[in-house]
This record gives sequence, C-alpha cells and structure tokens, in this order.
Amino acid sequence: MIVQALAFWLFAVVAVASGAMVVTARNPVHSVLFLILAFFNAAGLFVLLGAEFLAMILVVVYVGAVAVLFLFVVMMLDINFVELRQGFQRYLPIGGLIGLVLLCELFLVLVAGWSPGAPVKTAGSAPTSDAVSNTVALGQLLYTRYVYAFQAAGVILLVAMIGAIVLTLRAREDVRRQKIAIQVARARRETIELVKVRSGEGV
Amino acid sequence: MSVAAVFLPLLAAIVAGFFGRWITDRGAQFVTCGAMCVSGVLGVILFFQVAVGGNEFIAPLFTFIDAGKLQVDWALKFDTLSAVMVMVVTVVSAMIHIYSVGYMAEDPSIPRFMAYLSLFTFFMLALVTSENFVQLFFGWEGVGLLSYLLIGFWYDRPTANAAAIKAFVVNRIGDFGFSLGIFSVYFIFGSLHFGDVFHAAPEKVGLTIDFLGWQVDGLTVTCILLFVGAMGKSAQIGLHTWLPDAMEGPTPVSALIHAATMVTAGVFMVARLSPLFEYAPTALAVVVVIGGTTALFAATVGIAQTDIKKVIAYSTCSQLGYMFFAAGVSAYSAAIFHLATHAFFKALLFLGAGSVIHAMSGEQDMRKMGGLWRFIKITYVLMWIGSLALAGIPPFAGYYSKDTILEAAFAAGSGVGLYAFVLGTAAAFLTAFYSWRLLFLTFHGAPRADHETMHHVHESPWVMILPLFVLAAGAIAAGFIGYDSFVGDGREQFWREAILVLPQHASIEAAHHVPAWVSYLPLLMALGGIAVAYLAYISSPGLPALVAARFRPVYLFLLNKWYFDELYNFIFVRGAMLVGFGLWKGGDGAIIDGLGPDGIASTTQHAAVGASRIQTGYVYHYAFAMLIGVVILVSWYLAYIVYKVQ
Amino acid sequence: MFLEIGLGHYLGVAIALFTLGILGIFINRKNVIIILMSIELMLLAVNINFVAFSHFLHDLVGQVFAMFVLTVAAAEAAIGLAILVVYFRNRGTIAVEDINLMKG
Repeated sequence: MIVQALAFWLFAVVAVASGAMVVTARNPVHSVLFLILAFFNAAGLFVLLGAEFLAMILVVVYVGAVAVLFLFVVMMLDINFVELRQGFQRYLPIGGLIGLVLLCELFLVLVAGWSPGAPVKTAGSAPTSDAVSNTVALGQLLYTRYVYAFQAAGVILLVAMIGAIVLTLRAREDVRRQKIAIQVARARRETIELVKVRSGEGV
Repeated sequence: MSVAAVFLPLLAAIVAGFFGRWITDRGAQFVTCGAMCVSGVLGVILFFQVAVGGNEFIAPLFTFIDAGKLQVDWALKFDTLSAVMVMVVTVVSAMIHIYSVGYMAEDPSIPRFMAYLSLFTFFMLALVTSENFVQLFFGWEGVGLLSYLLIGFWYDRPTANAAAIKAFVVNRIGDFGFSLGIFSVYFIFGSLHFGDVFHAAPEKVGLTIDFLGWQVDGLTVTCILLFVGAMGKSAQIGLHTWLPDAMEGPTPVSALIHAATMVTAGVFMVARLSPLFEYAPTALAVVVVIGGTTALFAATVGIAQTDIKKVIAYSTCSQLGYMFFAAGVSAYSAAIFHLATHAFFKALLFLGAGSVIHAMSGEQDMRKMGGLWRFIKITYVLMWIGSLALAGIPPFAGYYSKDTILEAAFAAGSGVGLYAFVLGTAAAFLTAFYSWRLLFLTFHGAPRADHETMHHVHESPWVMILPLFVLAAGAIAAGFIGYDSFVGDGREQFWREAILVLPQHASIEAAHHVPAWVSYLPLLMALGGIAVAYLAYISSPGLPALVAARFRPVYLFLLNKWYFDELYNFIFVRGAMLVGFGLWKGGDGAIIDGLGPDGIASTTQHAAVGASRIQTGYVYHYAFAMLIGVVILVSWYLAYIVYKVQ
Repeated sequence: MFLEIGLGHYLGVAIALFTLGILGIFINRKNVIIILMSIELMLLAVNINFVAFSHFLHDLVGQVFAMFVLTVAAAEAAIGLAILVVYFRNRGTIAVEDINLMKG
C-alpha cells in the first residue's frame, strides 16, 4: 500500500511540476522536454490505475511521435527564445486570478461533490475482469463493439496525414517534372501537321 | 359649353405639362394656344348669351364637401359679372398665349411655361365662375400658386426665386385675412353659398359677434377681413410690396397675371360680394380710403422708377386703387368697367414693353434707351395707344371708365369719397406724367444705348405683334362700346342681379349729374401731366436732374418706394428669418436630427467601434474570453446549487 | 488522505494539469508552440480523468474513450504543427503578439 501511495505521490507531483515548467520555461526546447517528462509521469499514473496498455501507448504515441514532432518543429523554426517577459507580467494578475478561481471551483466540486470511497455499484457497460490482461480486454472491446469508431479514428488519422502533407508540401520551382496524364492524353491531331511545301519556299 | 370654356385650359395645361416632352415645344404651344383660343371664342359667345342676352344660369358639377351642416358643391355660376370676367380673362389670356409663342421662343422650357399659363387661366376662370366661397378660395389660392410658379419661372435666378417667395408670402398674409373672413361668413350665415349668404345679408345687419374679446359688428368685420385678402391679391398699399418684384418673371407673365387678371381678382371679389358689402358701410369706407391712398402712393413711386416694367407695375397698382375706391363708393359697375378696359390697355402696355425689351436685347433700364421710335414704329404706335388709354384721353377706353370712377367718387358725397376724388385726380396727373415720361425716355431723344445694341434693334415678329393689335382694338374701342351697358343707362338691364347697389349708395346715378368741372378735371389733369412730361424730357432735358437734386430727400423717398420694403424687412422679415433659422439649425438640426437619425447613427457607430475593440485578432484573447465564460457559467451553477441546497 | 489513494486524488492531479494547460494558453507571450503544448497538457489531464474513472467504476469504456482521445490528439497536433510551419513560412514569425490579422 505504502509503495503504491508513494509511487502515486511521486508521479503526481512530478507531473504537475513539469506541467508548470512547460508553461513557464524560457527555452522552448526545455518546454518540450518538460512536456515529455509530464507524459512519462502520466504513463506511470496509468500503470498504477491498471491501464498498462494505455500507458505504453501514451509513451509510444505521445512521447515517441507527438513530442518528437514538437521538437522537430521547435528546432526547425529556430525560435529566438530571448523573449519579452513584460507581456508575461502584464497578464499574470488577471490570468492568474481566473486560473485560481477555476482551480478553486474544481476542487470545490471535488471535495463537496461526493464522498470518496463510495463507488457506484451499478454494473458498467464493459466491466473489467481479472481473467484477461488489460490489452486483451481492450482488444475484445474495441474490435467488436466499437469497431466503427475505430475505423473512423483511422480515417481521422488518414485525413490528418493528408492535410499535413497538403499544407506543407512545397513543390520546387526549378525542377521540371513529368505530368504523365498530359503526356498520355496527347492526341495525334494536336501534334502533327502535314504541310505541302513548294520547292524553294520555306514553311 | 360653359364647362368647356372653363376646363379646356386645364386640359391643355395637363397635356402640355405632363406630356410636353413627347409633343415637343411646338406641340405644347399649339395645344395651349388652341385651347385658349377656343376658350376665348366660347367666352365671347357666353358673354353675349349671358350678359347681353340675359340667360343667367348655374351649372352644377359635383358635390365637394358634405359634412354635417356644411355642404359645398362645385358649380359654375354664370351671370353678367362672371360672363364679363370670363370674356376678359379668356381673350386676354389667349392673346398672351400667342404672344408668348414669339417672346419665349428661345426659352428651354416652353411646354412648362405654356402649361403654367393655361393652368393659371383655369384657376382664374374657376375663381370668377365660383358659386360659393370655397370655390372662390380654390381659385384664389390656385392663381396665387401659379403666380409663384411663373414669377420664379427662371428658377436659376436667385432674384426670381426671392421675388416668387415674397409674392407668395405677402399673398398668404392676405389669404389669412380672407380665410378668417370666410370663417366668419360661415359663423354668421351658416352657409357658404353665395345665394344663401346674399339672401340672408339684410337680416344680419347690426348683428354683433365676439371677435377676440370685443363685441364688433359682424358684417363689418367679415367684409374687412375679406378685403384684407383683396389687399394682398391686388397689391393695395401695405401688402403691395410683392408687385414690383414680381417683374422678375417673363413679360407675358407680368402682362397676364399682374396687369389683367390675377390682381383684379380682388376687385372682382368685392364686386361679387356687393350684396354683402352694401350692408357694411364701414367696410366700404375702409375700401375707399385704402384704394384712394394706393392710387396716389403708387403713382408717386412710379414717376421716379427707371425700370420700364416697374413703372408699368406701379401704374397697375395705382389703377387697382382706382378700381377699389370705385367699389368702395358702391360704383361696382364702374370698377368692373375699368377692370375690363384696364385689362386691355395694361396688357398692351406690358406686352409692348416686352417688345421693346426684346428689341433692346434684354435691356430694361430706360436710362439706357432712347431714340427707338424710328426703328420699332409699330411698337411705338401701340405704346402710344396704350398710354392714351391709360391717361384717360378720349375717345380711348380709359377715359370712359376712369372718368366715371372719379365722378362717382365725387358724387358719393361722403368724406371718404371726396378724399378719394382728390387723391384720384392728383394720381391722374401723375399717371399721365409717368406714362409720357416712359414714352419719351424710351423712344425719343438721342440713343443712350451702345452701338451694338442699337444695331440689333428690330421690330418683333408677327406672332408677337398680332395679339397686340387685338388688345389695341380693345383699348381703343372697349370704352365707348361698353359705356352704355356698364355704367350708362343700360346698366340696369345689363347687370341685373349680379351687383347690388342699395338706393342710398347710388353713386353711379349721381355720377351722371355732377357739375361740369368735375367731368373735365381729370382730362385737364391728364393733359397737364403730358405737358409737364414734354417739358421735362423733351424741351428741357436737364430739368429732371435739377429737380431731383433740389428735392433730393423727396426724390430718394419716391425712388425707394417710400421705404416700405426696408420697413417690413426691419420689423417682420429679420425676426422671422431669425426664428426660422434658429428652429432650423437648433430645433431641427440639433435636437431632432441630433437625437434622431444622426444621433442614433453616431451612437451606433461609436458603440460598434467600441465593441470591435474586443476583436483584437489574438487567438489567446479569444480563448481567454471563452475561459471567462466557462468560469462564469460554473460559478453561476455552483451558486445556484448552493442556493438550492440551502 | 495521503496513504489511501482514491479517485479524488487522481482527479486532483487532472484538475491541476488542466488548469495549468489553460493558464498556458493565455499567460504565455512567447510563441504559438507553447499554446499547442498547453492543449496537449489539457488533453492529458482529460485522459487521466477518464482512466481514473474507468478504474474506479470498473468500466473499460473509459479506457476505450481515452484511446480515441489519444488518436485525435495526435492528429490534431500534427495538423496544428503543419499550420504553424506554413504560417512561419509566410510570416516569418510565430510570436503570439504578431498574429493579429483577425483584428477588427
């Protein structure tokens, strides 16, 4: 028990702290790295909650792909990080106030909403069982009941990919490429012309 | 036929006015002149049928107002008085229509002009054939409107616009009195039909009504109020200031409206209402005094004017004074007789002056004319005829009518009658003087115009001369032809019931028996005036300048029209303009516009500008706004829940 | 409270991360990438929420949903960054203050 609690507190504190550093770090590369740290700790929290598949997916997809993408872009754009602190100060009061208000309200809901430790005893729609591993259970659920949503998610990813390519692809102006379709669609009457030429005259 | 005579000009006006562009200028001229000539012929026929033949009638048209106890119909009343007026109006108008074809030939808006002329004639005819006060007022207002439109015909001239507005406003003041008069007629008699009113008039003598808190004699007040309208319309002293400025309009307009017809509407009105006026002797006395004073006043101003049209305008004003004081001494038939002859010779004089102006390429100042008689002989002769008629030299028309008026004034025997006689006789001297002054300055002596202008002097085309011949014929012959019927022994048969003269006011009867010196005095005065004019302008041309220099204040007083305009300007106009200006800028501009359209528009704009500041373009601002919204919602529901739980 | 870890604790973590993400959107004055990262933080917080509930309610649907959230978040991050790259190509800057073309 105590190990679990300790693990929880460790992961939780580090996650929140690194989240704060994401927002406040001066160097954007540092921000991305702190984001990665936050993801790792969140994955740890997932493991503690028994969702090990999701935790690994978090690491693979979020950290391995999304955060790396962020890093790519940050590096590529070569952002000058000696930025103004003034803007930060100007909006800190009001923004901080609003944030504080939100935080307090959420905690209020948390504390006053229900007494912790009284879970609803109704049967969930997809009850967990200890018979199969988390991954198998998820798979059993995803490919049967939620297969349409699964396919739709795939389409979303496809669209995102196409979108990203469309947005950022730059065709080089100085390279000539073949346009196969035009070549194939050429007809004889546009290309050949028979001219009767008198001897001695040009065309 | 009577309906046709009255409504043909209206039809022509509609056709020329609305369809002028399609039927072209020539078409408009043809339509209007044609309609007017037909009307003129019908007018003459009606005159012979009704006035000479004695077939009076009333032609009802339709019901106009039927509200409770008030009922007013449109009807054409034809008796001698209206037949005379219809003939005069249609014939003179037809001549002027034809004259305008020539005079306005170069004008860019011919159809509009011809339409206005015809429309005016319709209104005048509606006025003189009216059978009740409302129809009279309709015609009254209509001719006033057309006067405004025609004076300001050349609307791109600011002086013309100002003159048109002045005419309309001064007329309005008179019309206000007229309206009050009509109201009091209804108040006293309960009906607006002439027939009913005239029948009931004798019973209402001595009736007092409450007017602004005083008890006054009803009939007197009514007649005085009605006369105020006549003062405005006929440019009597006090409300005369618009007439000289009305010369801004084209000359045919001056001839038709401000000489022959519209200004005589006042005289017609007094004559038509003679059954009413006869029972209000105080009102008649007022009429005499005003008329006589106007006659002399206008004549004195006329001798100092330098614009040829203004001289003739003041002459008209003066002659109207004659007609009014004739009516005031109950010599209504003499007044109408003078009205008819005056229409002919005054229109002749105006159109002749137009001919002169046309010949002088637009010059109207007599000081720049002179020596024209050799070049425009026909116009010269016609002007002589007109002037002889005006001055009252026999056998021309004016002699008969004017002399009768003066004799009647003397013979009336009242104090006011004598006053009018003296003033009228003095005015006769001045009338002859300024008429021959005009003739000598314009046609005789060495030419004072420049060589260029003199080179262009030419006689007017036949289309302008022929109507003048017709008018000249009237100016020559109308006098001795009409004398007997109008004011002579045949007058009883002629007028019958159209005019009422009470036995105690039988001034015309008495006029035939005045002493001989009274009959000859006006003629002597006229001849004297001519002699003095000859002296001043032909034999010793330096004399006028000497006299003017010697009596400079008097000269200036006359030249500046007795300073009436300046007086009115000081008392009324400045204050009215201030009020108007203040209400316009402050009231309308600042308050109504400021709070209304402009205010709302600018407020909306400011609000929009302020609101658009929220759109900063920064996405995080928008996100922040969303967040604030979320926080508010959450807080709201939390508070709601807490409150509910409580 | 410190030893017995319950649903509330996990939710507290999620709340903190969520608020930090929101603050990150409009407190930062530096550049747009911070905004995108803040969005990722918020999504992460939501995921923690889902999974925590899934555990404590013994219902796998939470985890399934969290998977989908993950998918969409990845797609959205890709597109967002692509837009950012194109924008940088056109404007030459990704400082938050310079991006105000929608003003008015």
